[in-house]
Amino acid sequence: MKSATTEELAKKIRIHAVNMVNKGGSSHIGSILSIVDILAVLYGDVMNYKVENLKWKDRDRFILSKGHAGVGVYAVLAECGFFDIRDLDKHYQNGSVFSGHVSHKGVPGVEFSTGSLGHGLPVSSGIALAAKINNQEYKTYVLLSDGELNEGSNWESLLFSSHHGLNKLIAIIDRNRLQSMKPTEETLSLEPLVNKLEAFGWHVVEVDGHDHGELNSALLLNTDKPLMIVANTVKGKGVSFMENKIEWHYKTPKGKYFKQAIQDIIGKT
Amino acid sequence: MREALINTLFKLAGNDTELMLLTADLGYGVFEEFEETYPNQYLNVGVSEQNMIGVASGLALEKKKVFVYSIGNFPTLRCLEQIRNDACYHELNVNIIASGGGFSYGGLGMSHHATEDLSIMRSLPGATVIAPATEYEVRASVMALYQNKGLGYLRLDKSKVDTANEYMGDFSIGKANKLRSGNDFTLIAIGGITEEAIKAADELSKKGIECTVLSMCTLKPIDKESIVDACLNTKGIVTIEENNLMGGLGSAVSEVCLDNNIRPNFFKRIGMKDEYSSIVGDQLFLRSFYGMDSKTIIKSIDKFISRNLI
Repeated sequence: MKSATTEELAKKIRIHAVNMVNKGGSSHIGSILSIVDILAVLYGDVMNYKVENLKWKDRDRFILSKGHAGVGVYAVLAECGFFDIRDLDKHYQNGSVFSGHVSHKGVPGVEFSTGSLGHGLPVSSGIALAAKINNQEYKTYVLLSDGELNEGSNWESLLFSSHHGLNKLIAIIDRNRLQSMKPTEETLSLEPLVNKLEAFGWHVVEVDGHDHGELNSALLLNTDKPLMIVANTVKGKGVSFMENKIEWHYKTPKGKYFKQAIQDIIGKT
Repeated sequence: MREALINTLFKLAGNDTELMLLTADLGYGVFEEFEETYPNQYLNVGVSEQNMIGVASGLALEKKKVFVYSIGNFPTLRCLEQIRNDACYHELNVNIIASGGGFSYGGLGMSHHATEDLSIMRSLPGATVIAPATEYEVRASVMALYQNKGLGYLRLDKSKVDTANEYMGDFSIGKANKLRSGNDFTLIAIGGITEEAIKAADELSKKGIECTVLSMCTLKPIDKESIVDACLNTKGIVTIEENNLMGGLGSAVSEVCLDNNIRPNFFKRIGMKDEYSSIVGDQLFLRSFYGMDSKTIIKSIDKFISRNLI
């Protein structure tokens, strides 16, 4: 990692994200900013990987199930040395492999392509199952959105993963409480979420999804069950006028909004 | 066909611990010995096809060679997006086996009639699509899919061509299996319904009309050469499939003809005419009801001959 701290890394990811979305004219900046701290702690501190050996068999695996926040993954990978930071300028450009939803083809470090919701958890459980069968020690991290939990395939996988005791599978829910059109609780209520997840046989911990210390401790927990981290987050975190605003699921920051967004991020330490 | 399947998988699993067999809670009476012998290579994921394809993809990402099993439309249409995004796009060695192709489960009703799977699976880039007609083709295609890279789809059937007519030669993906030779017409069929083509060829032979019967067991990649050969060297082609006519075998054969700028003198597609069956019956009854049996094949050739006086 080139950044001295995960806080510093997070700030860089946020700046890249706003720049990329602005230049590409793309969407989902609110969803991206929501998970930046999680990505920074994962790649800056928690996960084992070797940028010079992408297929190192003992590396920890990471899958972004909420593929629409792929910009965050591209940015963290570039900052951690998986590819040239200048490649981030290609996001959303004609002929580019840096698509709006995260894609592995041509992007070093991306383990799996997603974009349609409800795919990441079952695939991650397959990867974790392979580790168990092969007696390998790597961990499989998968990051989901809360709105994504509307998809039934996740609940199939929640049953499966606990039934098979996949205790090296760590799922993180980006609990920002906003989905595509309205708050999660007004769309298809998830609460009491922690109780539901526990009832499905997972070890569940709840953390502040922007507190790097809490994230770090939770992500490194060892349990005898699959681990679910409900990360309470703020959609649009770090940009004052985007925080908790659904419209930034879609809008592209342009002009004064772009300048203000960068200012907000730079101003934060 | 299921016995040929499990016997082949059993042999392969014994030699390769990376082979895994997943089922979505189907295969009662078929998989027990496999599970007992290779407990670490077998998994009943429960009634959850979307999860099954996701898990299979995750395992295949870690270099497992995965076969997944269910019946009818469950392992295909139910989880089509997982097949497309997770397995196909990532070029993973995931092989989907659907037992009960076409009207195999005719009496169980529309939900269990698999009559669009061939068209739909064929449209997935990178997929290999196979529907064997004989037990030999089942065994050979399982072996071939095990070695093949990328997504495989294997449609098994309750019916099959009588083993007396089996061709035991080399099987390879993308090659038609010639079950019978004749110079007059070519009957190109796929899956268990190939038995109707054999039956029709036997009947026509009694009238002095000799047909080649091709089991086009690999629908994708399709054997272009044998189709072009049939166009050029016989008087016409009849395609037979227990599948919707839209996008299936007949469509694939006609694409090959037109792409090669060849028009057969006679071309007839036999299959489901873009409809669902709301009636039930056994496989033979439903074939007859929907005009997909040997009689339909014979009638269409007789009609062509009487019009053209050949």
